[in-house]
Amino acid sequence: MFESFSSKLQGAFRNLRGLGRISESNIAEALREVRLALLEADVNFKVARDFIERVKIKALGAEVIASIQPGQQIVKIISDELTELLGSTQAALDLSGTPSCLLMVGLHGAGKTTSSGKLARLLLKQGRLPLLVAADVYRPAAMDQLETLGQQLGIPVFLKRGETDVLKIAREALDFAKANQRNTLIFDTAGRLQIDEALVQELVRLRDFVKPQEILLVLDAATGQEAVNVATHFDSALQLTGAILTKLDGDARGGAALSLKAVTGRPIKFIGTGEKLDEFEPFHPERMASRILGMGDVVSLVERAAEAVDEDDLKRMEEKMRRGQFTLEDFLDQLRQMKKLGPLENVMKMLPGGAEAMKGQDLSKQEREFKHMEAMICGMTSQERRTPALLNAKRRIRVAKGSGVTVTELNTMMNKFAQMQQMMKKMGKFQKMMGKMGGGLPGMLGRR
Amino acid sequence: MGLFSKFKAGLAQTHSRLVHEIKRIVTRSPKLTGSSLEELEHALIGADFGPAMTLQIIAAVKLAYETRGATGPDVFAIARAEVEKNLASSPSDLLQVPGGPTVVSIVGVNGTGKTTTSAKLAHYFQAQKKTVLLAACDTFRAAAIEQIKVWGHRLKVEVIAGSYGADAASVAHDAVTAAQARGVDYLFLDTAGRLHTKHNLMQELQKLHRVIGKQRAGAPHEVLLVLDATTGMNALNQAREFHKAVPLTGLIVTKLDGTSKGGMVVAIQKELGLPVKFIGLGEQPEDLQPFDAKQFAQALFEE
Repeated sequence: MFESFSSKLQGAFRNLRGLGRISESNIAEALREVRLALLEADVNFKVARDFIERVKIKALGAEVIASIQPGQQIVKIISDELTELLGSTQAALDLSGTPSCLLMVGLHGAGKTTSSGKLARLLLKQGRLPLLVAADVYRPAAMDQLETLGQQLGIPVFLKRGETDVLKIAREALDFAKANQRNTLIFDTAGRLQIDEALVQELVRLRDFVKPQEILLVLDAATGQEAVNVATHFDSALQLTGAILTKLDGDARGGAALSLKAVTGRPIKFIGTGEKLDEFEPFHPERMASRILGMGDVVSLVERAAEAVDEDDLKRMEEKMRRGQFTLEDFLDQLRQMKKLGPLENVMKMLPGGAEAMKGQDLSKQEREFKHMEAMICGMTSQERRTPALLNAKRRIRVAKGSGVTVTELNTMMNKFAQMQQMMKKMGKFQKMMGKMGGGLPGMLGRR
Repeated sequence: MGLFSKFKAGLAQTHSRLVHEIKRIVTRSPKLTGSSLEELEHALIGADFGPAMTLQIIAAVKLAYETRGATGPDVFAIARAEVEKNLASSPSDLLQVPGGPTVVSIVGVNGTGKTTTSAKLAHYFQAQKKTVLLAACDTFRAAAIEQIKVWGHRLKVEVIAGSYGADAASVAHDAVTAAQARGVDYLFLDTAGRLHTKHNLMQELQKLHRVIGKQRAGAPHEVLLVLDATTGMNALNQAREFHKAVPLTGLIVTKLDGTSKGGMVVAIQKELGLPVKFIGLGEQPEDLQPFDAKQFAQALFEE
C-alpha cells in the first residue's frame, strides 16, 4: 500500500468523469478498493461487507457533480457513512450515582491499567474525586503498577495485596470511598480472554455487586478480526456502556473501532494516544473515519498547533511578515514552536498521505538540521540576529565555531533565510493588496 | 499432556472454526466457483490471514481445481500446503553460543506479553538444565520491575534490575556483566514496550543492543519480537519496523490460547522470512511451546 487510499479511489473513478451518474457497473472497481482498504485496516470482513452495501446504495444514482471528481464524491460518501457508523456525536460518561462506579474490562495487555490512570486524571480535572481500585488479582505486580500511577497523579488507590477475592476488594473499596469522600470509583480489573467463562463470570459477579454506571471495554487499536468476537462476548456477558481504544499513537489503522461499533452499537468514548498519562482524548468519529481510510488527520494537527502556538505571538509574527521585518530572531521563535508540535514524524503522519510519504524516510535528519539552525542562531549576538548584514567573514567563523558547524553550513543557512525573507516580503505585499480588496488570505503560518 | 496435543488444544479454536467454515462451504456447494470461493476467502480473512495471503491461497485453490478437475481438489490439502509453503520450517530452538552467556533480547510493542514471555523462556530453559538470568530492562512502565521480580521469585531465577528512569542500556550492561561473572547459559533481556513508530524509542533500543554488543561479541545473539495473536494486519508493520531497527532473529506469538488466530504469522513469514520460535498458550510458566510449522499448518486445517 504505497498509494494512499484516496488516490487509488480517484484512479478507479477516473473513467467515470462525464458519465453523469454513478452506476452499478462503474462503481464495482472502486468498491473493491474500498473493501480492500477496510480489510487492510482490520475491519471485520462481515462488517466491511455490510458497510460496502450501504455505501453502494447511497452512491448509486448519485449525480456526478461536474465540478468535482467522482472519486472525491465517493470518498465523501464513504467517509460520511463511516463517521455516522462510528457514532456521529461524542458520547459522554454517565457519572450519576453516589458514588459513580466505572469498570474497566478487556483482554490482556490492552492497556486497562494505564487507561484507568488516564481516566482518573481526566475526571480529577473535571472536579470529580476519583478513587482507583486495584481489582487485578492475577497479574504479578499489577497492583504496584496502579499504585505508582496513583502516586504520579496524586490520586488515592485502594489496594489489598494478596487478596484474591474481587468482591471483597470491591466491598471494602466502596466503604473506603464513603469514608474518604471519593465520589468516583474506577475498577481496574484483570485482563481475561472473552471465552474464559470462569473469569468472565467473576466480572459478572463484580458488576452485579458494584452496579457500575459505566462498563468500558478497553481495546487495542491494532486488534484484528478478533475484535468482533471480543466485543460481542464482553457485551453479551456484561452489557458494556462504551469502549476505550488504546495505542492509537501507533500506525494501526484501527478498523477494530468500526467492528466494535458495528456489532455492539456501543459508543467509543475515549482514545489513548501515548504512554504518558495526559495522552488521552475524547473519541472523534470523523477523525477515526479518516484514519481507517488512511486519509490523515488534519484536524488533530491543527488543534495541536493551536495548543502549542501562542495566539499573540502569531499575530505579532504575521504583522512582521507583512511588513517584511522577519528577522533571525523570529526565525528562531518559529523553529522552537515547531518543536513544540512534537517530533516531525508524528506531525507528518497526520497529513493526508503523510504516513505513506514518510515510509523509508529518515526525518530525524531533517530534525537534526533544524537543531543545527537553532544552534547557529543562538551563537549570534542579538545585534547580528536583527541585522544579518553585520555577519562578516570573521564573525561567521566565530558563529560557526561556537555552534559546531562549518562556515559553509552557516552560509547555506543564511542563504535559505534570505530567500525566506524575500518570499515573505512578497507575501506581505500580496496580502496587503488582498486586504484592501476585502477578504484577505490567511497568514502563511495558518491562522487556524 | 504431550506437546502436540497441548499445541492442538491451543489452536483448537482457530482450527475448529476454520474447518467448520470450509466444510460448510465444500459440502453445500461442491463446485468451487464464484460464491463458494468468496466464502472461503471470508473464512481466511476472518482468521487474520490478511488480504494478500488470502488471495494467494484462493488462487492456488482455483488453480488446483482447474488443473485437477472436479474430482481432485481437497480444499484442506491445498490450503495446508499453501500455509506450509509460507512457513518455511526452520529450527525453532534458540542458539547457544559457546564461551559465555547467550544474550536474548525480548522486544515488542506495549502489552504483547514481553515480561511474561521472558519469564516463560527462563522457565523453559531451566527445565532443560540450563542456567538462566533475567534482566529488567523496562525502566519506564510503572511496576514493570516488580512484575519481573515476582516472576524471578516464583521461578527462583535471579533478576538484574536498576531503578525506574534509569538508562535501560546500563541495566543491560550490568546484566551482561553479571551473566558473565556467574557463567550462566542464557540471559534474557525484558525490554520496555515501544510502538514501532516511535523513532526515539527505537533508537534507544538500538543503543541498548550496541552497548551489549561492545561488551560481548555478537550480543544480542537472539532478538525475538513478541507479537500478540489478537493483532491484525498491524503485526506486519510491527515486524517490519522492528526488523529494520534491530535485525530480528525470530518471533514469539503470544495469547494463542482460546482466540482464533494464527493467520498473520503466515503473512509475516511470507514477507520477512522470520521464523516463529515459540508460541504462548496461557498465563502459566509452562504455557510456552516451541513452534513447529508443520504442526501449525496441520492443526490449522486438519479435520
